[in-house]
Amino acid sequence: MTTAFIGQPVSRVDGRQKVTGAARYAAEFDLPRQAHGAIVRSTVANGRIASIDSAAAERGPGVVAVLTHRNAPRLPYSPHKGAVDPQVGERLHVLQDDRVSHQGQPIALVIADTVEQARHAAALVRVTYTPESWTTDITRVAPVQPTQQKTDQGEVRPPATRRGDPEGALASAEVKVEQTYIHPRENHNPIEMHATIAAWDGDRLTLWDKTQWVHNTAEEIAAVFGIPAQNVRVISPFVGGAFGSSLRTWPHVTLAALGARAAGRPVKVMLSRREMYYGVGYRPHTVQQVALGASRDGRLAAIMHDGYQETSTYEEFSEALLNASRFLYSCPNVDTRHRLARMNVHTPTYMRAPGEASGVFALESAMDELAVALNMDPVELRLLNEPERDEFKKLPFSSRSTRACYRAAAERFGWSRRSAQPRSMRDGRLLIGWGMATATYPMNFAPASAMARLLPDGTAEVTSAASDMGPGTWTSMTQVAAEALGLPIERVKFVLGDTRLPNAPVHGGSLTMASVGSAVQAACRKAREDALARGGANDLLEAVRRIGQPVEASVDTNPGDESQRFSMHAFGAVFVEVAVDPDLGETRVRSMVGAYGAGRIVNPKLTRSQCIGGMIGGIGMALMEHAVLDARNGRVPNANLAEYPVPVHADTPPVMEAIFVEEHDLHVNPLGVKGVGEIAMVGVAPAITNAIFHATGKRIRELPATPDKLL
Amino acid sequence: MHPFTLERPRDLPAALAFGAQAGRNDAPAEYIAGGTDMVQLLQEYVRRPDRLISLAGLLDNRVEIGPQGLRLGAAATMADVAAHPRIIEQFPVISEALLNSASPQVRNQATMGGNLLQRTRCPYFRDVGYAACNKRAPGSGCAAVGGENRWHAVLGTSEHCIAANPSDLAVALVALGASVEVRRAGGDRTVPLAEFHRLPGDAPHLETVLEPGEVITAITVPASPMARRSHYLKVRDRASFEFAVVSAAVALDMDGGTIRQARVALGGVGTKPWRVPRVEAALAGGGLDPAALRRAAALAADGAQGRGHNDFKIELMQRAIVRAVEIAGARA
Amino acid sequence: MSSDEITRREVLVLTAATGGLLAGGQLMWGPVSPAAAQDAASTPTPLEVMLRINGKEHRLTLDPRTTLLDAVREHLHLTGSKKGCGLGQCGACTVLMDGKRVKSCLSLAALMEGREITTIEGLAQGEVLHPLQAAFIERDAFQCGYCTSGQIMAGVACINEGHAGSPEEIREWMSGNLCRCGAYDHIVAAIQDAAAAPSATQGG
Ligand SMILES: Cc1cc2nc3c(=O)[nH]c(=O)nc-3n(C[C@H](O)[C@H](O)[C@H](O)COP(=O)(O)OP(=O)(O)OC[C@H]3O[C@@H](n4cnc5c(N)ncnc54)[C@H](O)[C@@H]3O)c2cc1C
Ligand code: SF4
Ligand code: FES
Ligand code: FES
Repeated sequence: MTTAFIGQPVSRVDGRQKVTGAARYAAEFDLPRQAHGAIVRSTVANGRIASIDSAAAERGPGVVAVLTHRNAPRLPYSPHKGAVDPQVGERLHVLQDDRVSHQGQPIALVIADTVEQARHAAALVRVTYTPESWTTDITRVAPVQPTQQKTDQGEVRPPATRRGDPEGALASAEVKVEQTYIHPRENHNPIEMHATIAAWDGDRLTLWDKTQWVHNTAEEIAAVFGIPAQNVRVISPFVGGAFGSSLRTWPHVTLAALGARAAGRPVKVMLSRREMYYGVGYRPHTVQQVALGASRDGRLAAIMHDGYQETSTYEEFSEALLNASRFLYSCPNVDTRHRLARMNVHTPTYMRAPGEASGVFALESAMDELAVALNMDPVELRLLNEPERDEFKKLPFSSRSTRACYRAAAERFGWSRRSAQPRSMRDGRLLIGWGMATATYPMNFAPASAMARLLPDGTAEVTSAASDMGPGTWTSMTQVAAEALGLPIERVKFVLGDTRLPNAPVHGGSLTMASVGSAVQAACRKAREDALARGGANDLLEAVRRIGQPVEASVDTNPGDESQRFSMHAFGAVFVEVAVDPDLGETRVRSMVGAYGAGRIVNPKLTRSQCIGGMIGGIGMALMEHAVLDARNGRVPNANLAEYPVPVHADTPPVMEAIFVEEHDLHVNPLGVKGVGEIAMVGVAPAITNAIFHATGKRIRELPATPDKLL
Repeated sequence: MHPFTLERPRDLPAALAFGAQAGRNDAPAEYIAGGTDMVQLLQEYVRRPDRLISLAGLLDNRVEIGPQGLRLGAAATMADVAAHPRIIEQFPVISEALLNSASPQVRNQATMGGNLLQRTRCPYFRDVGYAACNKRAPGSGCAAVGGENRWHAVLGTSEHCIAANPSDLAVALVALGASVEVRRAGGDRTVPLAEFHRLPGDAPHLETVLEPGEVITAITVPASPMARRSHYLKVRDRASFEFAVVSAAVALDMDGGTIRQARVALGGVGTKPWRVPRVEAALAGGGLDPAALRRAAALAADGAQGRGHNDFKIELMQRAIVRAVEIAGARA
Repeated sequence: MSSDEITRREVLVLTAATGGLLAGGQLMWGPVSPAAAQDAASTPTPLEVMLRINGKEHRLTLDPRTTLLDAVREHLHLTGSKKGCGLGQCGACTVLMDGKRVKSCLSLAALMEGREITTIEGLAQGEVLHPLQAAFIERDAFQCGYCTSGQIMAGVACINEGHAGSPEEIREWMSGNLCRCGAYDHIVAAIQDAAAAPSATQGG
């Protein structure tokens, strides 16, 4: 019997539930007497509600209650900021006053017996506004310096950094590239729409919610309602994708709880697809200027990266747009400056590879432009500027496998057969282009707890309040637990997604495997040791049988000082082939090879899934995704899944490869793992637009690369 | 959804008696066939009929091909028509237009009649958060003019509406000179498809010439050897399952390397399925050399008016014509 | 643009578009006319509907507005069919109707009488998974699992229709089913596997 499960391509332990439809997501825990809530949302970008007439709605069949700012209870909204919330500003309060700060802001909640009745009654609420002047055109906003810049991993950065003499070095550089890159607003658009079921029992609240962090949801809702966090239980076993949209606790969760309180019965609120564009965040529109200066032989002399992004009027959300430019390449003179465009929109949030996805698009596009200007192979240029250490933090890397990634991906891709000249490769009418880009994403390790319980029958239950929005937490934790316990996988049951379980950090930023995994491993080791000691046997089964009652071990793991001693990131390289129809402007990706140095791979099957998923996300970012913000009034006209295209099956490149280069990182965390969920999305868009340049000679500096831009 | 009474009439006369009106937004009663467009519009409050009359089981769903040409029963599904072997052989442009439309599921549900009457994808029309939409609320203005209009038409527009007709099928059919058979309580009439849809003018909420109570019973396409050498070309942002950015339907009658006669229509660019007779005339008598095709295609731009974001369509549609003619011309 | 920079024409449109001080600016779901508001109190007559789902008859009293998807999810508590848009745009709600794949969010339940509906819950034979379900697990053809029921139902139909001949063909014929986790490559592999399995065209 082998119990070496880490590194094995184990099939998902929750697979059967998912393929039979038995897995239950937030909206699917129907309760007796449950009512349905529908949200009425504003149609002005800024102003006050002048009047709100809910009489017709209240008369609607089946209507239980209509809540507006006029009759909703005043909520305490006690201070609370989770690591996922912007540290500057105050979250949106719902139904507390007549202020409207953006389109689609919740202004009323209708509760009715059925979903059809609730939706219709919501349409009967009549609202008038006193509009005030509003700002919804990012091209006309003067961006301001944020109070701070924070990475999604909680790391606080100064919004501006500087080393050396960037202006001087740029001015005297032999070769220069100075360009502006624009990344439009994108929406996470998980296929499961956000939903919450709220049920009160006295002053205790249970929420079935789509969340990537049950404990934070409980704390936030407790703060909003002014009740102890222990009184709020949040249950979220399955999350139908999120990509960051379920990190924060959004206003509809408060509304569900408020509605349930008012109705005196459980209330379910499920957003519509259109609402998903107004209430659960998005990747902000960014405008980035990059200037690179280099010597003739290709050594970087200056990097200047100045970027701004949209945020709301009430919170400063700033993503780590400039992170990579500070350390990805060796360069003595670097200037980065981050700014915010405050607009009458709702607050953006972290979306898969937040900051890096957009920032690396700009940096890696500029690097490609530099390679062209230098007449140098783009891989060669990157190798030339490979740093020995993180020159921003002035720390060694815990591990950095960029060279191995370039080599492995280039070899698999066949890069050496590339002819450097743009427009030099064809397939019939189609222009063929090959492009590449570097990828990176920071690694962190957060406090986490887990509990392992060995039962006399030789099975085990292992728990932690983690989440699984798709990467396979259920499975990978079972593997880690089984290996640490020394039990067959079928005998180990891992449970997550409930605030009754030991604390886990946010399921995002690729830190679940590292943090929760380390806690699970430690708890299981401890339970095993305890059982062996108490049972006085060398064999675990024998030991637990002798003890005759459950053996429990709980462990809290905390990061040490590794992040002070090392710069910790995953690195990778992406190579793509595109075919562009020069007459019709259509681009299709034909082949994509990514190589990643991601530490230890717990489950290669799941990790490959995550990687190709990130690559598909990158194709969407490069070629089609764009939530159009109507500059006149702040609405998003294409707020659906037809006019906001995301990749479909037919967009999948016929060749997709994910390579994991061998990497042993002894510092990053006890398991030696680095997540791949985010890095797989980084670098894809610039690799594609770089390939488009190689195919056509046209440089796409504003995403997405739709046919109109390639005519 | 706005509350409605759902009528499930036993036969067609009973359905006609309700006087439902397709294709205009202020009608109190509407038909529902496959429901694939109607349910979207109901869900989003774009349509709020008090009465919905189901046509399920009431209309012919056969596909017939004879010496006169092709007859598609109004209830035939997009999937069945697309897969019909003789349509694939004799009218490839129809099959291709359908296979490039929507998804297999929608094609199993959607009908011929409903396809011709589907409403525009103009996102302002479909977002009732915009009060201004003349098509949805007559006299309220047009949010697209001066707004984001990459999705919109460049041909046949008016200052009151620039919405593009979304149907791929209709583009293929209008190229082939199809007609629509219409029935009302008083009798039948036949309307050439080219005259079936209205230009928006100052009444964009009136989309077709259908009168209250009329239903589409069938679509007919005259027999023509040209239809065999036909092609539907669709340009879009993603590789499948998307409405056309621009499309072109072409049918050719060739004499060796010379085009004897051509039929050309455009999608994604017109406020109705847009046939371009001047391009057809210019192609006739010419060959397939690119310069000649390009010159002929340029005539499609006659009267075209971009509104900013959609300016590129004027160029792209010409290129689409050239490519579609080349592909059709290369067919045996 | 900020509000003070707009032209007069736009002001007119925008004032209307944003409600301004005008009445009737109700919103995400529609400026409802006073006429519509009046008959708000009129309950649509509930309909007695007999639905045949996974071989079983269900007699339901339904609001005419109830879609087939909401009928199975909210009334029959068969939540395997998922809602990802309610507008036909994602495919998560795919079921088989008389053996053909359809988007259940686009069908009114009351118009489905006499049809044989198969949902994901009706695919396995007891404990024995349909070959495509098994192939999905084996190939790791999903991540979050939310699009999975729809992918599997569409995949079963894709195989039965004879559209699973090559990866390219499968990709085109599966394009009505979005997967935001991006599991496409593995879904195609699973469909190829199942198409090659002897019993794949049974079930469903
Ligand atoms: C996600 C999605 C993607 C799509 N993509 C495309 C695409 O790429 N290309 C494309 O062309 N189409 C596309 N469509 C639109 C689709 O083709 C239409 O929705 C469909 O053809 C409508 O047919 P139906 O039978 O479902 O009509 P319904 O939705 O039932 O009705 C549509 C309209 O027609 C009226 N009507 C229906 N039948 C008759 C009749 N016989 N007589 C009088 N009035 C009638 C109804 O009253 C209603 O006004 C897409 C649809 C969806 C949902
Ligand atoms: S283009 Fe037509 S459909 Fe679109 S907003 Fe203007 S009037 Fe309405
Ligand atoms: S829920 Fe039916 S297609 Fe999205
Ligand atoms: S598995 Fe998550 S959407 Fe497909």
